[in-house]
Amino acid sequence: MSISKLTPSSSDSAKPKINWARIDEADNFANTVKLYRQGKYDEDSFRRFRLQHGAYGTRMTSDYAMVRVKLPAGEIYPKQFETLSRLSEQYSIGSAHFSTRENIQLHWVVLEDVSEIFRSLAEVGLTSREACGNSVRNVMCSPLSGVCSDEKFDSTPYALATAKFFLRNPMAQSLPRKFKFNFTCCEKHGMVRMVDVGLIPEIQQINGSEQKGFKIFLGGGLGNRSFIGHQLEDFTPEEDLLYTSIAVMRIFDRLGDRKNLARNRMRYLVNDMGWEKFQNLVLKERAIVRATQSVVTKLKVDTTPDKITRPLKISDESGSSVPDGYARWLKTNTMKQKQSDYRSVFITLEAGDITSNQLNSMATLIREFSSEGKARSGFVQNVALRYVHEDDLVKLYSKLLETGLAKSGGLTMTTPVGCSGTTSCNLALTNSHRLAKEIQRKFLELKLDEDDDLTDSSIKISGCPNSCAQHGIATIGFFGGGGRLGKDMYPNYQMSLGGRFDADTTLGQTCLRVPAKRVIPVILKIIEMFKENKQSGDTLKSWIHRIVNDSEDSNIKSIGDIKKVLEPLVVPPTKEDDPDFYLDYGSDTSYHTKTGKGECAA
Amino acid sequence: MCCLTPSVKVTTDIDSLRSEIRDKSVRVIDVRREGDYKQDHIPNSVNLPLATLLSDDSPERVLKLVNSLGIDDETPVVVYDDTFGALASRVAWTLEWIGHSDVTLLETTYGNWKSLGLETDSLTPEISNKEHSMNLQSDILATSDYLESAKLRDDVILIDNRERLNYLEQHIPGAVSLPYRTLASADGILRPKEDMKRLFDNRGISGDSEIITYCGSVGTLSGLAYYALKSTGASNAKLYVRSFKEWKNLEKPTDKQEDANYWDLSAE
Repeated sequence: MSISKLTPSSSDSAKPKINWARIDEADNFANTVKLYRQGKYDEDSFRRFRLQHGAYGTRMTSDYAMVRVKLPAGEIYPKQFETLSRLSEQYSIGSAHFSTRENIQLHWVVLEDVSEIFRSLAEVGLTSREACGNSVRNVMCSPLSGVCSDEKFDSTPYALATAKFFLRNPMAQSLPRKFKFNFTCCEKHGMVRMVDVGLIPEIQQINGSEQKGFKIFLGGGLGNRSFIGHQLEDFTPEEDLLYTSIAVMRIFDRLGDRKNLARNRMRYLVNDMGWEKFQNLVLKERAIVRATQSVVTKLKVDTTPDKITRPLKISDESGSSVPDGYARWLKTNTMKQKQSDYRSVFITLEAGDITSNQLNSMATLIREFSSEGKARSGFVQNVALRYVHEDDLVKLYSKLLETGLAKSGGLTMTTPVGCSGTTSCNLALTNSHRLAKEIQRKFLELKLDEDDDLTDSSIKISGCPNSCAQHGIATIGFFGGGGRLGKDMYPNYQMSLGGRFDADTTLGQTCLRVPAKRVIPVILKIIEMFKENKQSGDTLKSWIHRIVNDSEDSNIKSIGDIKKVLEPLVVPPTKEDDPDFYLDYGSDTSYHTKTGKGECAA
Repeated sequence: MCCLTPSVKVTTDIDSLRSEIRDKSVRVIDVRREGDYKQDHIPNSVNLPLATLLSDDSPERVLKLVNSLGIDDETPVVVYDDTFGALASRVAWTLEWIGHSDVTLLETTYGNWKSLGLETDSLTPEISNKEHSMNLQSDILATSDYLESAKLRDDVILIDNRERLNYLEQHIPGAVSLPYRTLASADGILRPKEDMKRLFDNRGISGDSEIITYCGSVGTLSGLAYYALKSTGASNAKLYVRSFKEWKNLEKPTDKQEDANYWDLSAE
């Protein structure tokens, strides 16, 4: 009798449709690490190899890696959560981290253990292959695709098919730089204009019949310099989705800058060439692709609908009381779906961090509450549990309370995005990660999540000018740097206002530098200004939008006016007067900037 | 000692233990707290709470305890706990240290034993004293002095079995991090032998080196690692039984991972 035969199995849960893994990559990785340690592999080739397999470098050390596990279209299944839970305990720091691009990351992994992680991931069909490096990164899809009432159709199957087509595809192994696809449900929930290829599902009447297709945006992206994507054409029919993707990648592959690492994303090519010329090239290239590709080259789009079965409830729920905080949570963390009686529930994390126990609980929660039997990673370091029946919400909330996953404010400004910052990243100048947590804790304490005026705003914090936390499209965005008073350095942030990522995608405008320990008072002051000057029906987002567009006529008319009010708050005290000012969050030693080599470009 | 030493049996599987219990050919030690033991335990097992052992783990005292549990030099002993095998390992190692050669760990935890619906009992068996000889195995113990000098040698590997965050924050210079959770499989206290071998092999931890394990305070997590190493045939493993707590109290040097706020990445 072996133990495993006796362990109760949970084979009843939904299974992934696609296996992304290849077990031989684990052995290959282990052997390559050995060769590298023996000096038989040079640094540069090894780094490229490592990144191609999804193992990123770690701050100030070559002993550890971060393993970035891709969740194509954001989908994650119960068994996968259980495996990630175990892996986070065995090889990482007892917790994992959700990124803004639907990856889940294991940090501080010993390089020699990475192959063991690959082995376990393969058992549940997951991979980190091409999660880093100059390849097609995780293909994202809106966490609301399939349940959003504004969508024309569910783009999830197209996102999965695109991910499958390009994963390990020879044409995508050595691009000039990383390449990103984002699919969405509708204009409002998407992030399609700040990515290499962004797609919104669209339906057109052609010769009296409905034709599925997409609005495609090209050449957007956030970073040291950010650009907004351009729409390729009115409508791209679904048959042309793959041809268009291949055409765009071929042009990027051919013409992209392979020398200047700081300017080699496709957005720079589009900007340098000019949109019209780029657009023309894409359309011509697509004609060639369409004419020359073999008929077997196509996306394998599996549109079989998912089985929706409400999990059976064994326990008797009559008389169960409604826990405190339920109404607040219901309002700030859930959305009605287009399917009546169902809601999507967003689980709020602190800057994307989740413990191994919570990862395990997620598996149980999916099995007990999601009628689709899986979850979706969101755009803001969170997890969406969808197809939860209205009648099960109180019970679900009680369970979330037990596991510390019931934080409110998930769909409001009180849940900031924070990249990993100095907790693990070589490029970081500040502890943006901890700052995001500090803001969240403070704002929940102040119950700002219950303020309707603040729901549609966002706060996003990057630890350096690169945009992993997507600060450029935040209502209030920050990126880290160092400030100085005399000889003494302190952690500092550049603040921008008025960014947005919907149909009116705009990059935020620079306002002023805010020392780390003044960020919270500065945001509160902005809210106070807004409350004093708002018009009826205003939200913070709409008020700031008018200001950055020069169409506000109250006392505060411009970014400059806001800056004037805030300036007194950001004056650095001397080190003698306020030593804490000179420490970054989470640190008890004097602040100094220190960075290593970045690996975004390999 | 040589790397070709065949791997030693370090665990006893459930089926074998059940038949040994039926044959009364084994002494089973439950190392959980007395209260837990009294509630229920594996039939015919005796109770030796780890705390009782640790209150005085001098060889003379250990010998007395072993005698009182009815164990002589020939008695096969199987130890179990409900703490992923770490407490059981510490007790098993102590028996080995005073010279008992036939001691193994139950392959699973008591919790799992129960959840499999296997037999339990609340009776305390009548045990008559036995006489165990004293044959101290000093080569499986590392003291702080020993460790300090051994560390200077190239062929000695020092393993820290605490959680990764603790290691990053502070560790004995030169130690490698191998958190105790890494040693377990999904349902057993130790990985299958081939799995374990691959893990060690990737890390360059080979059987022909001298390997010293340590953990936070009393040698439990590192005791488990001691048995993990033994299971792959490592023949020269030692337990630094007083571990990092003593090392720090003695104000010996420590290392840390500099310039990174890793604690803030933890969701705890």
